[in-house]
Amino acid sequence: MKEYSAFDILGPVMIGPSSSHTAGAARLGKIASEIAGTGFYKVVFYLHGSFAKTYKGHGTNKALVAGILGLDPSDEKLRDSFDIAKSKNIKVEFIEADLGYQHPNSVKIVFKYHDKEDFYVMGSSIGGGSIIINNINGVQVEFTGAYPTIILKYPDRKGVISVISSILANAEINIATMRVTREGNIATMICELDSQITDDVIKEISNFKDLAYIRFINTRRS
Amino acid sequence: MFNKGSELINLCNEKQAKIFEIVIEKEQKTSGLSYDEVIKKMKETLEVMKSSATSALNKEIVSVSGLTGGNSKRVQDYKNNHKTISGEFINSAMAKALSTSEVNASMGKICASPTAGASGIVPSALLAAQEKLNVDDDMLVNALFTAAGIGEIVAKNATVAGAEGGCQAECGVAAAMAAGAITEMAGGTPSQALTAASFALINIMGLVCDPIAGLVEYPCNLRNASGVINALISADLALAEVQSLIPFDEVVEAMYKVGKSLPESLRETAQGGIADTPTGRKLSDEVIK
Ligand code: SF4
Repeated sequence: MKEYSAFDILGPVMIGPSSSHTAGAARLGKIASEIAGTGFYKVVFYLHGSFAKTYKGHGTNKALVAGILGLDPSDEKLRDSFDIAKSKNIKVEFIEADLGYQHPNSVKIVFKYHDKEDFYVMGSSIGGGSIIINNINGVQVEFTGAYPTIILKYPDRKGVISVISSILANAEINIATMRVTREGNIATMICELDSQITDDVIKEISNFKDLAYIRFINTRRS
Repeated sequence: MFNKGSELINLCNEKQAKIFEIVIEKEQKTSGLSYDEVIKKMKETLEVMKSSATSALNKEIVSVSGLTGGNSKRVQDYKNNHKTISGEFINSAMAKALSTSEVNASMGKICASPTAGASGIVPSALLAAQEKLNVDDDMLVNALFTAAGIGEIVAKNATVAGAEGGCQAECGVAAAMAAGAITEMAGGTPSQALTAASFALINIMGLVCDPIAGLVEYPCNLRNASGVINALISADLALAEVQSLIPFDEVVEAMYKVGKSLPESLRETAQGGIADTPTGRKLSDEVIK
């Protein structure tokens, strides 16, 4: 049986009105922007299912924008996120869309940059403020952002998994889950950890040859 | 550790402890935090609750959708200026429950208890009881742990999601958590606390989830107002030593079964109940457009 903290039952402390449509949306935006990286000038949100139907009344739009600006679901500035985005010269657009067989509370977030290709992240708000990220730029993934997470993309070769595992083991960081998928010869590794990713680990992994993409997400669900 | 109400009561008996003491001890164990840290965290939760339960009493707060607002202040003004039917205490508790509901619907800060939709009940019930019993905030913090322990048992054995179990799982469980917490705070035994929680669940068993336009506003806010009263009277019944014929764990199981047998139209889909009335549909079209 799943163990609950008292603060799972009396919590989260959040900006209303809905844990799935507001708090979860803010988390989705925040983690998506951490995956995409900063520097975007415009973000387009494709809203699916119940997100598309009720986003205005639930403030899902404001929450998503707050998220991509880095605000937490409990930040009272959340309701002013449109103004904050404007002051930072970030444009936002909302499009109601059918994303296919997705959870009803899903969104595809497309980040636009002047100096590089669009980057997109797709995810769902699955209840109680929890989320799942399920697609990064066309690569199917599955992780919750509830744990510190490492995302790596590299030309597939032998030994990467064991090297990463030993770097983490040496730093005494326990691996909660590790998933590797491959498309063509490009592998994507998602590694969820039980404790924060240290600077040394980041340095060591960043030294790897031929990494096409690397991200360290240290946010923990408060 | 405890999964069932019966296990919680056994632990209380074994250790000669109150429910909140068992819950605090468990929280320390699972989180690795010290007693002081756990208490401090709950104090912060209490502060959020106090603020949400009072900020709409004297100021009209309107929801993001524009569908609802100002009811907390209406009840507060009414209670201050009229001879009410149900009395000053009840009206004051309802105004506080509505306040949190309205803060929530206007994108203000609340503590989900156990959900955002039902977040008005626990704060208003505890604050109302605090007034009556004349206890300090430390007692309220303890009571919040009692509430969390009861909520945890329901979350483990049933559900606290309207989409899964209807509003009985949200406003019903919130009232059960509050009823048990108040009962213990007023000096009731652990088993009286669970009896109060059982009463609160029995009183609203079968309550459907049917929010207009799928928004957490109406009838949610009314059910927060009635939910706090459910909590208060359930506590009184238990403290008066009215016995629950059915043990808490069986009531929880019954609630779960009832929730499962509700058609999907009555589980947060806005396809049934109040949401599906001609006027409910019209309002929905207006706010969603
Ligand atoms: S009616 Fe539904 S959305 Fe509203 S409080 Fe009850 S369970 Fe939550």
